[in-house]
Amino acid sequence: MRITVENVEKRYIDSNKQEVTALKNINCTIAEQEFVVLVGPSGCGKSTLLNIVGGLLSPSSGSVYFEGVQGKEPRLSIVFQEIALFPWRTVYENVIFGLEERGASKKEQQEKGRHYIEMVGLSGFESAYPKQLSGGMKQRAGIARALAVEPDLLLMDEPFSALDAQTRTIMQEELLSIWDRTKLSTLYVTHNIQEAVYLADRVIVMSRRPGEIKSIIPINLPKIGRDREEHRLEFERYVDQIWQLIRNDAQAALKEGE
Amino acid sequence: MQQVAVKQVVVKQARQTIRNRVAFMEKVPPIYAPVIGILGLLVLWEALARMGVFKPDYLPAPTLILSAGWEMLLSGEIYTNLVASLIRIGAGFAIGASVGIIIGLVLGFFRWLDALFTPVVYSLYPIPKIALLPLLILWLGIGETPKLVIIALGVFYPVVLNTHAGVKNVDRSLIKAAVTFGAKPFNIIRKVILPASLPTIFAGLKMAAGYSMLLMITAEMIAAEKGIGAMIMHYGNMLMTTNLMVGVIILSMLGLLINRSLEWIERKVLPWK
Repeated sequence: MRITVENVEKRYIDSNKQEVTALKNINCTIAEQEFVVLVGPSGCGKSTLLNIVGGLLSPSSGSVYFEGVQGKEPRLSIVFQEIALFPWRTVYENVIFGLEERGASKKEQQEKGRHYIEMVGLSGFESAYPKQLSGGMKQRAGIARALAVEPDLLLMDEPFSALDAQTRTIMQEELLSIWDRTKLSTLYVTHNIQEAVYLADRVIVMSRRPGEIKSIIPINLPKIGRDREEHRLEFERYVDQIWQLIRNDAQAALKEGE
Repeated sequence: MQQVAVKQVVVKQARQTIRNRVAFMEKVPPIYAPVIGILGLLVLWEALARMGVFKPDYLPAPTLILSAGWEMLLSGEIYTNLVASLIRIGAGFAIGASVGIIIGLVLGFFRWLDALFTPVVYSLYPIPKIALLPLLILWLGIGETPKLVIIALGVFYPVVLNTHAGVKNVDRSLIKAAVTFGAKPFNIIRKVILPASLPTIFAGLKMAAGYSMLLMITAEMIAAEKGIGAMIMHYGNMLMTTNLMVGVIILSMLGLLINRSLEWIERKVLPWK
């Protein structure tokens, strides 16, 4: 199953009654088992695009669809930047939320709940409430909740941006090893170029005003172990290539104080 | 030898230990402190009464009130009046709270109903509910019903307004998360909006508890045969201050009990807070 974004455009009226084009002429696909990262300066509309793909926002024109649906209802799940765990539910109850809504049996809920809680390394915290967890652990629970429904497309909206740098590095490594075990089609939004190169099969670089796709860069490095010494030069080359594409826009964004 | 000794003294004097200068903020008074406060007040009251500083008709001594209370307890007078009041306040509170929560959720969730009816709710809010008692008695007769309705009305308002505000303030990203994981409207209300607004609903319930006591007593004073309010009124008319004070003390304990129970329920229902 693959996901296609076709001619998506998003316009809205801002507070000064001016029409703003947030997204223009967006065309891309996410192949089965592909990890695509959207990267761009702030205000380029990458989160808007993710929300449109996630069905939380309607495009002004164009469409997003699953291709190769074989009779079954395609599922997608989102890992939110704000994490959005239900504070009144324990870790376990949060993780099985999507299974509950899908009408899965109690037995299936228990099995998958336990499986994915273990996968993200939260065993022993099943009955803790979110407020009792650290930032990194909260987001692990958020990831487990998204994985538990075994989605056909996983969307991640800057999932680690609220974490400190060390936790972030660890979470990136863990995400990669989880992805290696699940091979989920993933659309990941970030403004961190290193993170993009570290995780992606393909990086979609976006520009701002209007938000357009500037370039799509396949990362031709082995998926696991990109931080090893032998890949360092190439890694840096990718990072630099993307940075040169974004740089002017990022500076413009800074001047506008966004 | 002497020089070494001198040096040691100097070193000792030059050392200055750094102490916690905000230790006063961490001082914890013992848990029996409130008991001392209340007991102290009672002892002072008793002493002043015995010294004849105020007449027993104005303010009887605590011991007198206590013995009068004991007699009223044995005669069953307290029991009959208390039960009458408790049934009234319990039923009125339950009706007002459940209707308030349901209507608050509905008004908060459905935009159209919100636009149509929330202004109506707000425009009726400033009416002091007790002013409606004569009207309610005209409509519903002089039995239990108007008293129940007036208590329910008093509870309804703070609950409906708080529930409505709670629903309006639910974190949008939680609703988005629920929708993403396939939740349908009814489940969104039940599993997200209701629990998310529970803290605000509880604030409304606590406010309502005060109103409901006030309305119960006033209604009982105006039109009731039985009930703590009626009892207080009766002894007031007969100038029996000691028995009147028994009623007042019962009310203070009842209020405390209701508040504590609500707090206990809140802790049980909101362990995640």
